[in-house]
Amino acid sequence: MKKKFMLEGLDCANCTAKIEKEVNALKGVESASVSFMTTKMIIEGDEDKMADIIVAAEKIVNKYEPHVKFKAL
Amino acid sequence: MKRLVWRLVFSSIFFSAALIINVEILKIIFFVVSYLFAGYDVVISAFRNILRGDVFDENFLMAVASLGAFAIGEAPEGVAVMLFYQIGELFQSYAVGQSRKSIAALMDIRPDYANVKTEDGLVVMDPEEVKPGDIIVVKPGEKVPLDGIVIDGSSMLDTSALTGESVPRDITTGSDILSGCININGLVTARVTKEFEESTVSKILDLVENAGSKKSKSEQFITKFARYYTPAVVIIAALLAVVPPLIIKEATFSQWIYRALSFLVVSCPCALVISVPLSFFGGIGGASKKGILVKGSNYLEALANTEIVVFDKTGTLTKGVFNVQEIHPEGISEQELLELTAYAENYSNHPISSSLKRAYKNEINAERISNVEEIPGHGVSAVIDSRKVAAGNVKLMEKMKIDYNKNEFSGTVVHMAVDGIYAGLIVIADEVKEDSKNAISKLKNINIKQIVMLTGDTLKAGEKAARELGLHKVYAELLPADKVEKVEELLAEKSLKGKLAFVGDGINDAPVLARADIGIAMGGLGSDAAIEAADIVIMTDEPSKIATAIKISQKTLNIASQNIIFAIGIKLVILLLSALGYATMWAAVFADVGVAIIAILNSFRALNVKDID
Repeated sequence: MKKKFMLEGLDCANCTAKIEKEVNALKGVESASVSFMTTKMIIEGDEDKMADIIVAAEKIVNKYEPHVKFKAL
Repeated sequence: MKRLVWRLVFSSIFFSAALIINVEILKIIFFVVSYLFAGYDVVISAFRNILRGDVFDENFLMAVASLGAFAIGEAPEGVAVMLFYQIGELFQSYAVGQSRKSIAALMDIRPDYANVKTEDGLVVMDPEEVKPGDIIVVKPGEKVPLDGIVIDGSSMLDTSALTGESVPRDITTGSDILSGCININGLVTARVTKEFEESTVSKILDLVENAGSKKSKSEQFITKFARYYTPAVVIIAALLAVVPPLIIKEATFSQWIYRALSFLVVSCPCALVISVPLSFFGGIGGASKKGILVKGSNYLEALANTEIVVFDKTGTLTKGVFNVQEIHPEGISEQELLELTAYAENYSNHPISSSLKRAYKNEINAERISNVEEIPGHGVSAVIDSRKVAAGNVKLMEKMKIDYNKNEFSGTVVHMAVDGIYAGLIVIADEVKEDSKNAISKLKNINIKQIVMLTGDTLKAGEKAARELGLHKVYAELLPADKVEKVEELLAEKSLKGKLAFVGDGINDAPVLARADIGIAMGGLGSDAAIEAADIVIMTDEPSKIATAIKISQKTLNIASQNIIFAIGIKLVILLLSALGYATMWAAVFADVGVAIIAILNSFRALNVKDID
């Protein structure tokens, strides 16, 4: 299944790349992409692991960009 | 952001004051105050990140570089590094915000509301809540909120936001209207045909917003480069601070630490990491302004290396509408031949029948027709005003043992006989689009090596169109499966870096669109199949947009390469100079912040496609 998130206030391109890399490495994630330009994250992954994935992804985002607001779309 | 501006203003005031003042103790205090105003948050995040073990975090690197400068007694440099770093960051986020905004403005086709007709009159609703079958009213100046069909009223539609086409489209009862277009003058009532999520405007927005997820090779290279660049520079900086003073006798620690700190200032890869995707995003945004939708940076990048363009004929280079082209009567008048043939074919629902009726123009009086008999694969016979008329192909003439005109014509030929005597023939063919010739010559102008046409039509018809348009090659009489095969043959002919683009109308050619390096669908407006199957969708039905798309892609790629070379080049030069002691920390600040700003400004150019046609 596919989930989209808004990363409001994302302003560091290098952190974006790091976030993308780490979210991709999460268990159950098929593919994840973070667009610096649209500040959107799209995660594709297992439906039954999605809840865990979302929690972990938010943690990763907060680690690199603590001021970013993480919102599901 | 506003707070940061004020902090930097105060910081600059204290910094200038510190530079002017002569009292040593005040000088130090002012520098420290200036530093704290500029970078206290950077230092805090640096601490937080170091606890997490992330030593290559840019906050940490900047904190070390600036505090290190303080430590070796270079307070002005220490403050400058932090102050300019923050000014650079501020500018970057402003520039990125501007670019995001201008692209968002480009894509400002999302309708905000729909006027829905209900029992209580017109109700303003969120387009997402409107269902297919609902009746909506679109007033002059409003955006069409959902795809639908006009049931009352007529008007002109501005489709430029979707197609880049400036000529408005006339609509009247029965016309399809697409969400995202703007109603210019008349009041129009329409029945909604699709949910908002399935409507044209949602599909286009979705497509452009997701374009960022398919990254180009340049972007992948930069992300990878950044991953190694920062650690490499930091490690060299550490070695530079320690090793030379130990080995070389006259070298001092403060001198080499200064050089190492300059390294740290240059170690941030942000300029690159921002400017390359920004260029591609600008290119994709610019292309969409021209009615060209690109599904990912990777496709835009591939397009720049196009060597072979393969066109499908019908519906792409030609209008896909069959028309009577030639009439060759024998023994009867042209008008009579056309009349009888149109009558004979009246009951057929083949496109040929409708093109005959269109050419005949008058009403068909069905009472004049009797004994209609279809002969599958041959044609039709009928009695019209007590004359026995037979209309069909060569096989029909041979079956009826009628001597016919054996000349070759390009197009579909309908032979006709009246009471067993040959009466002549009518040639029906597809017409070449007005824009096609222009499209081919434009492609030749940008040095496309091979322009090929594939068609299911006869060789004769294919060759005629190819000659008219000036194509390099034509393959005719192909079945849909043969087209894939031909494209595979052509793929083998291109160079290693070169790409093959296939242009079709999205109907029946999904396998070929998928097989080509770049699948381009024409006339995507309103065709879901085309939008699904292709990598690039041309919203209008102008084939000349292919050349436009290639030009935009080449410009974008150029800008991205300039940014890569410029940013890496300057950084390497400054690294080398500071290692040798020729560059000051001020130069390092320029290599970091200045380069980022210049690269971002350069990438803005990708968005400007006004002069590309």
